[in-house]
Amino acid sequence: MKPFTYTRADDVTSAVSEVSRQEGAKVIAGGTNLLDLMKIDVMQPRHLVDITRLALTTIEKTAEGGLLLGALATNADTAYHEQVEQRYPLLSHAILAGATAQLRNKATDAGNLLQRTRCYYFYDTHTACNKREPGTGCSAIHGYNRNHAILGHSEHCIATHPSDMAVALAALEARIHVTGPQGERTIPIADFHRLPGDTPEKDTNLADDEIITAIELSPKGFARHYTYLKNRDRASYAFALVSVAVGLDMEGDTIQEARIALGGVAHKPWRNPEAEALLTGKKASRENFQPVADAYVHGAKGFEHNSFKIELARRSIVRALMQAAHVDQNSNGN
Amino acid sequence: MATNQIGKPQNRVDGRDKVTGQARYAAEFNVKDLAYGVVVSSAIAKGRIKEMDTSEALRVEGVLEVFTSENRPKLASYDTSFQDEDAPPGSPFRPLFNRDVLFNMQPIALVVAETYELARYAASLVKVEYETEEYATDFEKERPNAYVPEEYKSTTPPDPWGKPETALKEAEHKVAEEYSHPSQHHNPMEMHATTAVWEGDGRITVYDKIQGVLNSQEYIMGVFGLAKEDVRVLSPFVGGAFGSGLRPQYQLFMAVMATLELKRSVRVALTRPQMFSFGHRPKTVQQLSLGAAADGTLEAVVHHVFAETSRFEDYSEDVIIWPGVLYKCDNVKVSHKLVGLDVYTPLDMRAPGGTTGIYALECAIDELSYKVGMDPVEFRLKNYSVRDQNEDKPFSSKELRECYRQGAELFGWKDRKPQPRSMREGHNLIGWGVANGAWEATQKPSGAKAVLTKEGKLTVSSATADIGTGTYTIMSQIAAECMGLPIEAVEFKLGDSSLPQSPLEGGSWTASTVGSAVKLVCEKLGEKLLELAQESDDSPFKEAGIEEVEFTDGQMRLKENSSVAIPLTQLLRDNKKDNIQVEAESKPSDEQENYSPYSHSAVFVEVKVDEDLGTIKVTRVVTAVAGGRILNPKTARSQILGGVVWGIGMALEEESVMDHQYGRFINHDLAEYHVPVNADVHDVEVIFVDEEDSIVNPLGVKGLGEIGIVSVAPAIANAVYHATGKRVRDLPITLDKVM
Repeated sequence: MKPFTYTRADDVTSAVSEVSRQEGAKVIAGGTNLLDLMKIDVMQPRHLVDITRLALTTIEKTAEGGLLLGALATNADTAYHEQVEQRYPLLSHAILAGATAQLRNKATDAGNLLQRTRCYYFYDTHTACNKREPGTGCSAIHGYNRNHAILGHSEHCIATHPSDMAVALAALEARIHVTGPQGERTIPIADFHRLPGDTPEKDTNLADDEIITAIELSPKGFARHYTYLKNRDRASYAFALVSVAVGLDMEGDTIQEARIALGGVAHKPWRNPEAEALLTGKKASRENFQPVADAYVHGAKGFEHNSFKIELARRSIVRALMQAAHVDQNSNGN
Repeated sequence: MATNQIGKPQNRVDGRDKVTGQARYAAEFNVKDLAYGVVVSSAIAKGRIKEMDTSEALRVEGVLEVFTSENRPKLASYDTSFQDEDAPPGSPFRPLFNRDVLFNMQPIALVVAETYELARYAASLVKVEYETEEYATDFEKERPNAYVPEEYKSTTPPDPWGKPETALKEAEHKVAEEYSHPSQHHNPMEMHATTAVWEGDGRITVYDKIQGVLNSQEYIMGVFGLAKEDVRVLSPFVGGAFGSGLRPQYQLFMAVMATLELKRSVRVALTRPQMFSFGHRPKTVQQLSLGAAADGTLEAVVHHVFAETSRFEDYSEDVIIWPGVLYKCDNVKVSHKLVGLDVYTPLDMRAPGGTTGIYALECAIDELSYKVGMDPVEFRLKNYSVRDQNEDKPFSSKELRECYRQGAELFGWKDRKPQPRSMREGHNLIGWGVANGAWEATQKPSGAKAVLTKEGKLTVSSATADIGTGTYTIMSQIAAECMGLPIEAVEFKLGDSSLPQSPLEGGSWTASTVGSAVKLVCEKLGEKLLELAQESDDSPFKEAGIEEVEFTDGQMRLKENSSVAIPLTQLLRDNKKDNIQVEAESKPSDEQENYSPYSHSAVFVEVKVDEDLGTIKVTRVVTAVAGGRILNPKTARSQILGGVVWGIGMALEEESVMDHQYGRFINHDLAEYHVPVNADVHDVEVIFVDEEDSIVNPLGVKGLGEIGIVSVAPAIANAVYHATGKRVRDLPITLDKVM
């Protein structure tokens, strides 16, 4: 761990000014990922701005009937919040599928969005990694790539975003409220995380001098038809190989609107609105779900150790849709 | 022996200390002026250090020294000085010996500073330039170069018996398959650490994470040329080791070197990634060819083993003894070859060779049972063995039939449908699998000492270890029972090189070995107490032989007339003794030579496999163990549970992934090296079947450290086959292999 300086901000304005004033500054809240990375020299911020005292922990209804999650609400408080459990159970389930109870007690909602990839090479400073050290190369492409991307990757980086929560937020089309020196703005979740392209060092479109203040959920929570399905190598405390967040708006057995987001397959939660649209006005059935699953993985490319994810994603999408639509598995040719 | 301590589910006598933080581990001994060392690890797998620039690190205020191969003190020069009690044949790795790099993450420097944080920071400033050389870390690429070592660390493979090739050719049913498992690391919760305390005048006290303090002491004496009286090693608590603490690891070398050089106490604790920089269970590939007659008689076993080792030591473990132990078979041939790689030498890991060999054999046997068309339990019983064919000796005891019977009954095995993919529940395929296993029940020589005070307090001691298994507790129970004292009056001391000698804690032999020494020393104490009583002429014990007295309720009394009794405290006071001390050395009996002592087990497993997604859940495990006399059903059960949990990990999760671009284990933390979590472990039932064994050792115990794990992975693999119809022969069985 490299030496660093530390200040504690009292309000959003001073936090933003601290972050923009100090070169190489990072914001720290729960610290569940940042501190680990600092200890092994993967991240080397010269200055930390502690924002844990900011009044951003509340979860409250918006004027439009949605819900505003304070940036500093913990993952645990969010998952077990009455409004979230009742109106956005998809989000609650996704959060509880991630990490451990101890980590969720400490980790914040904004921090969850900003966690770094779990690529083995990103974590080992004795290996090449374009995300950690731009220009050094990607060790994962020809290395061990079991937890890596099958969609949206580039020749520079095949890392995945590890969050479960973000996958649910993508399906819920959340909006991220941020504040910077120029004031406030809102970023749709779809535009928040980036694909690696030739700048894999940038995980998100959040500017270096901006901080997240809240995550806004629209009134549409898909509380009747939802699923968060997570496949992983053990039943807890493992990152998703493939996860699927599904929210369906249904009338009888007809789908009005479908939202599907995949985790563990790309550098960001993966949506495919065109494929989702295939379900609009369709009956909920395995026959109708299969083409959507196929469309989702169209163009996917795997590597030595993760090609199985393509088929796993396909099957997981079908399974998640069946569960969300309450379609009886066994009466549909299964 | 009326206190009935043996066989009681006694709580751990050190339990309170552990849960309240009073039990201190190697890195928790704080002394005045303690300095902290952080190890710099190599970034390459093989080559030479061209240049190491430590100047920037040394400029950090608070840094005391940076030790490298250039400025290290003079060390012993012979291999023998570095060879510890568990060293395989070869030339042991010597830290900071020269500029050569022999494996990735090799320790190449030690930065010592006033605080841990400063040392860690300064370590990141050490700049190293390497000349790299070609290396080989790809097992499959090197397998054609596999060789027979000049000397085996493990049992030398027995000569073939019968006519295995012919029998195989003529067999009605055959299986010929290859099974493999990857390298795996021990990963105990407590990382390896040493606190070396400078006592002045060249004397040191060392707190080390080790499974036998005498091994560390000998190593320090050999490497640094210290006299025995100048180095005392202590290891009162060990936070798990599973074999990783059988050999002194390099943090011991580093801490002692720095302490002797700086004349100041130094602590060195390894990081979790550095826990992947030394011994591990070796990647092993096994070719098994089995043949059976139409009636299910096992006609032939041919078992060829290829296992990883380093370039500098020939590590081998008992992979090939199992065909001769588990089944009766008249035609057997085995071989064991080593595959040299540029890695650190592998190291015994819980049931070394047993988990490996039994995994492959029990999967192959299962495959054969399907070919023959017999129930897997029936097939195993049909080929039941009562003799160890490797040694051509009868087993000292073997209640495995009872394990099958009780295990099958509790599990409900009779309701199993024989066909694969014939049991399901929604989208889950259900599979039931079985495997049996064995582990050696060895007794080694061991010393012990007993001190009884006039206040009635009994202290028994031996230099053994408690790696979390319950040694403190069971030894206290044995001593309390022998002397007829309440367990609260007994203290057992271990983990101190000044105590009577004892072997490394490993091989499941501690209960039998140290337990026998404790029993013996207490018997001698009893004799001495009787002699003491007989010193006065009017003693009612005057004519009594030792077999005529008993120790119970804190008294010595005549068996025939319990009114003739004297409290032990009074006996000492009457004779003006503050205390009585005795030492004893126990050895295995000659009779044991004529028998082959093993513990046995049968494991029944239910898995549920998601037909579409491939996820595997081990929903039920019943394990029935024949482990001789059970000293403490509570700690015994915990041992077996731990073995089952680890078996789940071995079957489904564990893999140290070698990246050949770097020749480096790459998933070197507990987020990515998966061991089972609570959510992976469901119903586990442990049965101990009654087993009397008067040969194995005076206590009749067999040891339980390893029998719990050996047959879990194959039982799971066999259950996965029964569920899915897919044979996965390379561990771990991850979802992609079955979906």
